[in-house]
Amino acid sequence: MLELLRQALIIIGVLAVPFLIASGLTWGERRLLALFQDRYGPNRVGPGGVLQVAADMFKILMKEDWTPPFADRPVFVLAPAIIIIATLSSFAVLTFAPGIAVADLNIGLLFFLAMSSMAVYSVVLAGWASNNKYALLGSLRAVGQMLSYEVFMGLSLMGVVIQAGSFSLGTITRAQQHLWFCVPQVVGFVVFTIAGLAETRRIPFDLPEAESELVAGYHTEYSGLKFAMFFLGEYVGITLIAALVTALFLGGWWGPVLPPLVWFLLKTLVVIAFFILVRAALPRLRFDQLMEFGWKLMLPLSLLNLLVTGAVVLWQEGLRF
Amino acid sequence: MLSILHTIWNVFTHAFHRRVTVRYPEEKRPLPPRWRGRIVLTRDPDGAERCVACQLCSVVCPVGCIALQTTQDETGRRYPAFFRINFSRCIFCGFCEEACPTCAIQLTPDYEMAEYTRPALVYEKEDLLIDGTGKYHDYNYYRVAGLAIGGKDKGEAEHEQPPVDVRGLLP
Amino acid sequence: MATIYIDNEPYTVEPNGRNLLEVCLSLGLDLPYFCWHPALKSVGACRQCAVILFRDENDTRGRLTMACMTAARDGMRLSLTDPRAVAFRASIIEWLMVNHPHDCPVCDEGGECHLQDMTVMTGHVRRDYRFDKRTHRNQNLGPLVNHEMNRCIACYRCVRYYRDYAGGRDLQALGWHDHVYFGRMEDGTLESPFSGNLVEVCPTGVFTDKTLGRHYTRKWDLQTAPSLCVHCGVGCNTMPGERYGLLRRVQNRFHHEINGYFLCDRGRYGYEFVNDAARPRVAADPDTVRGWLSEGRVAGAGSPRASLEANAALRALVGAENFYAGVAPAEHALVALMRALLEVHPTPPPSLREVEEADAVLLLGEDPTHTTPRLALALRQAALRPPMAAAGATLKIPPFDDAALREAVQDATAPFFIATPQATALDGVAMQALRLAPDDVARLGYAIAAGEGEIAAALRNAQRPLVVAGFGSGSPAVAQAAAAAARALGARLCFTLPACNSLGLALFDAPGVADMPRDVKTLILLETDLFRLLPDAEARLRKVKHVVVLDCLATPTVAAAHAVLPTATFAEADGTLVNYEGRAQRHFRVFPATGDVREAWQWLDALRGVTRTFDEVTAALAALPAFAGVEGAAPRAEFRLLGQPVPRQPHRTSGRTAVTANVDVHEPTTPPDPDSPLAFSMEGYQGHPPAPLTPRFWAPGWNSQQALNKFQQEVGGPLVGRPTGVHLLPVNTGAVPAGTPPPPFQPRADAVLFLPAHHIFGSEPLSARAPGIAALTPAPALAVGAALYARLGGGPVEVRVGDAVLTLPLREDPALPVGTAVLPVGLCAEALPAWGTLTGGPRDA
Repeated sequence: MLELLRQALIIIGVLAVPFLIASGLTWGERRLLALFQDRYGPNRVGPGGVLQVAADMFKILMKEDWTPPFADRPVFVLAPAIIIIATLSSFAVLTFAPGIAVADLNIGLLFFLAMSSMAVYSVVLAGWASNNKYALLGSLRAVGQMLSYEVFMGLSLMGVVIQAGSFSLGTITRAQQHLWFCVPQVVGFVVFTIAGLAETRRIPFDLPEAESELVAGYHTEYSGLKFAMFFLGEYVGITLIAALVTALFLGGWWGPVLPPLVWFLLKTLVVIAFFILVRAALPRLRFDQLMEFGWKLMLPLSLLNLLVTGAVVLWQEGLRF
Repeated sequence: MLSILHTIWNVFTHAFHRRVTVRYPEEKRPLPPRWRGRIVLTRDPDGAERCVACQLCSVVCPVGCIALQTTQDETGRRYPAFFRINFSRCIFCGFCEEACPTCAIQLTPDYEMAEYTRPALVYEKEDLLIDGTGKYHDYNYYRVAGLAIGGKDKGEAEHEQPPVDVRGLLP
Repeated sequence: MATIYIDNEPYTVEPNGRNLLEVCLSLGLDLPYFCWHPALKSVGACRQCAVILFRDENDTRGRLTMACMTAARDGMRLSLTDPRAVAFRASIIEWLMVNHPHDCPVCDEGGECHLQDMTVMTGHVRRDYRFDKRTHRNQNLGPLVNHEMNRCIACYRCVRYYRDYAGGRDLQALGWHDHVYFGRMEDGTLESPFSGNLVEVCPTGVFTDKTLGRHYTRKWDLQTAPSLCVHCGVGCNTMPGERYGLLRRVQNRFHHEINGYFLCDRGRYGYEFVNDAARPRVAADPDTVRGWLSEGRVAGAGSPRASLEANAALRALVGAENFYAGVAPAEHALVALMRALLEVHPTPPPSLREVEEADAVLLLGEDPTHTTPRLALALRQAALRPPMAAAGATLKIPPFDDAALREAVQDATAPFFIATPQATALDGVAMQALRLAPDDVARLGYAIAAGEGEIAAALRNAQRPLVVAGFGSGSPAVAQAAAAAARALGARLCFTLPACNSLGLALFDAPGVADMPRDVKTLILLETDLFRLLPDAEARLRKVKHVVVLDCLATPTVAAAHAVLPTATFAEADGTLVNYEGRAQRHFRVFPATGDVREAWQWLDALRGVTRTFDEVTAALAALPAFAGVEGAAPRAEFRLLGQPVPRQPHRTSGRTAVTANVDVHEPTTPPDPDSPLAFSMEGYQGHPPAPLTPRFWAPGWNSQQALNKFQQEVGGPLVGRPTGVHLLPVNTGAVPAGTPPPPFQPRADAVLFLPAHHIFGSEPLSARAPGIAALTPAPALAVGAALYARLGGGPVEVRVGDAVLTLPLREDPALPVGTAVLPVGLCAEALPAWGTLTGGPRDA
């Protein structure tokens, strides 16, 4: 009975915390961006402007939930739901601290990769259903970008999998008790971080929603609550990628003094902060540059990493026997 | 690649720089006296209305936000019967001030005019007229104009000869 | 055809005795000028139009000469842009500006000032004069013209116009050298009834429109439309201007054949009745009126001051057999007679330009200065021009050299003969002015027709003789005599008409309102004041069950009506009016009517239950044989230039986001205008529209009325584009109705023949309600001859004429024929001339 209650609490926590972080990010990102740009950011509503979150939420909920008459209505409504479902379900396979996980699947990493592929559908369907040329262009870009980057995103993780000998995120984290994988898998770490940025369509990879060219890309026609879902979806995605980076490369919950869960959260937040720093620092790529970067640099790099890791692991195994 | 990292580092160091934002309602920047803000109608050094309702400001206004009606008192002095500026249309270009031949209409360093409703931004003469001379302290149009008004007869303005005696035979 | 080289460019021109300034302006070239005026010609006083004239193509030095004083000849070579000419012209402006005050912001001429335009044109942009300026005291010149003498640049245009052209005596150039003063000997109202033209003649702000000054608006803010003067039968073209829903002024709209460059004061200043606070503005319920109409026995009276369309709409509402002309019986008969006489006359009635070109004039029984004033101004030119032409031919003076010609002519005038009971303002230019009773005037006309007397001899020698008579005498015999004389002399025949659409109403061939049956149930009066027309108006109205009045004036009939439908004035309505020549012209709405006020034809259509556009009303009108072709008076409402309408507002109109902001911050949409090709907007085709649609005269660099030269085919010539107006009156249709000379006038011992006296200010009902005109309206007085005046002792007298009894002060007119007295019209509804009695005199206490 207690076990059931505990499990229920974990599930609720896993559902709630990413949401809390994501909505906090709507304020936090702006504050951080401002910090990097010598500004203040939202600092008027509540202490330090933190109630901006509530204000924004209130505003966006009050807005008219408008579906354009020319849109494909069912698909138009479905699209934002997909992104939320896909990103949230990935959280299920994360192990936040020993014993704190919804379902530490032995193929957890594959599940995550599958779910992140699902998120592409949301973007494609949103762009398609909007019946708007900017939205369609944005979603086409998203498909090209996400398909390309998913390839080496998966490959970059294989090094970790080989070293840990498991697809289970819990096992992978446990394998980092003495050494974080970001040290031996430094190439995989870098490639995955970049791929993660691309996967969440963050600057410098925000071409699908490049406002200077495509108005707002695939969610041009969205407003109100449905727009909020896209918006939140993006932040939940960032949180997810940051949590994965933490679990896969930065030793997950491992750390001294503080309780494991706190360590996990702290590391995740630092990664998120790094993402925001990148946004503050780098400009947007051109699409051909994006593709070239992905296929000609990242893919060979991750393949090389896989090759070397495999060779080293085999060599170490050989030594043992 | 290195440059990207350098950029990221560079931006990161800005987290520890002083912020340039002026937190407006609490602290205010000093404005130059020729700042183009809220428009006022001034008075001449004698305290009389400077505006002679010549309608040059209204015609030069690129957004057409000035409307007035000319009228005159019994002594021939001209003034606007009404003078209306629709600040919800004004772009504060300052053309009106430039066109004004009497230095009556002036833009002031006041920009705090926000209102909750647009009708509140429609200023009438009572709202525009101030009790001072504004930026130009000495100018009094009627002292250089040839028109006779109450208190200033023909020939009494600056650089004027006394009125011609038509019946005189002196050269 | 001649070729003239201007700055080495060959131009083909028609010299035609024109000067170089006229040639340059006709070619569209800009050459500054002040003293020259297209109607006043040249005097060469201002030295502003200097050009360099070369002897031949080898001459490189040339000499400075005044373009306005040099006749154009074939092969001439001149330069406008030669630096010496440019510098000379700039220095002239600089000297003119030395004493010009810093008044532009408070000057009514500012923004439409010829001096401003010329100053900018010559490039004199800095005023370096730092010494004392000359000043002048102003004069009070009456309620119409404002005087601000400081601004004068001494071009002499005002006195040349006022004295030489218009025949005024009281405005003159006083003082000498640096002290020249243009004004009267003492303060007082300008006597000439054409003084308003000084406002347009003066190149700067010395003479400005006093009525405009009371509600001043700059030219760039005035919403204008092509319009017509409605204050007499001449049909002058005007440009009324409106701002904030108030009519601000009327300016002359040049018409080559009619008013030319000038208007009379009644036409220029009569407009203020539009702004009259007493105007009816509250409408009765049209449904009630429609209910009354269904009761049957309906009659309607049309009006000579309503447009053809309004009258036609009334005729359609009540039926042709129930449509009556709202005109006094005597006037109705007289206008019908004059129309018939014009239709059988071999030549069409002359336009005012043709009147000016006449070389001999016979004026019978009419004082046009007080009935159709603009005609009087044209007649004055007819008297002065022939001797000037003759002098020019013998002395080889070019026709534009006005001062030399007038010097040569002195007081000589053309064969110009006047026969009226009263003195007229034209007597001064007449060869002979006879004071005769109307019947004797008619006898004189018949005598001339028979070729008797020296007048007939003088007229028979003329090439372009002209006979003028009209409604002013009130005598059908005079009209018939005039027609007989004109036919016998082969002269043009011109009849004056009382109202702006008198002839148009006559073309409906409706019986007069006096013939209307007395048992009608519902009477619809369109802009008809029955009390002015019929002595028994009150009794008649009392018998009618429902009196419906459509009017724009607060008349006694409006007060007696059961239902009032307020109609638009000329400034708020489209309409076609027929002038004394039978020329149908269109006037357009200047601004939309507000409140309950609607155009008369719209009310009448609403009562009939139909909705039509103005063009449909005109088309229905044109179906009547008398009005065939009337749609040609102006372009149809669909007419567009480059797909755009013609804007009523100039492109500089100001304050569009502030004018109504105190009522509503959202800018109103422009009112639609489905009835004309014009728009109540500043957006549209700002170029030169066809002449009937020209709302204003403005060209880049030419902000004043003088921009007109850019709109003319040549200086003084017709406007570009299609001509305005169509002639509706047939000509030379048959035999002259036989007329016989009346017996000679016999004074009666027991009675006095009361003759009608019209006055330019006050006799016409619309303008009489304008404050400026009302201020000049003389107090009614009875004019009597010297003997009678002595007998009555100058005291107030009691006049009995018909049923009317009036008590009036006396005025002496020594030249008046014995046995007659002159009674101002409009005091009673009795037809004049009429016999009546006169009692009174000094009364002992």
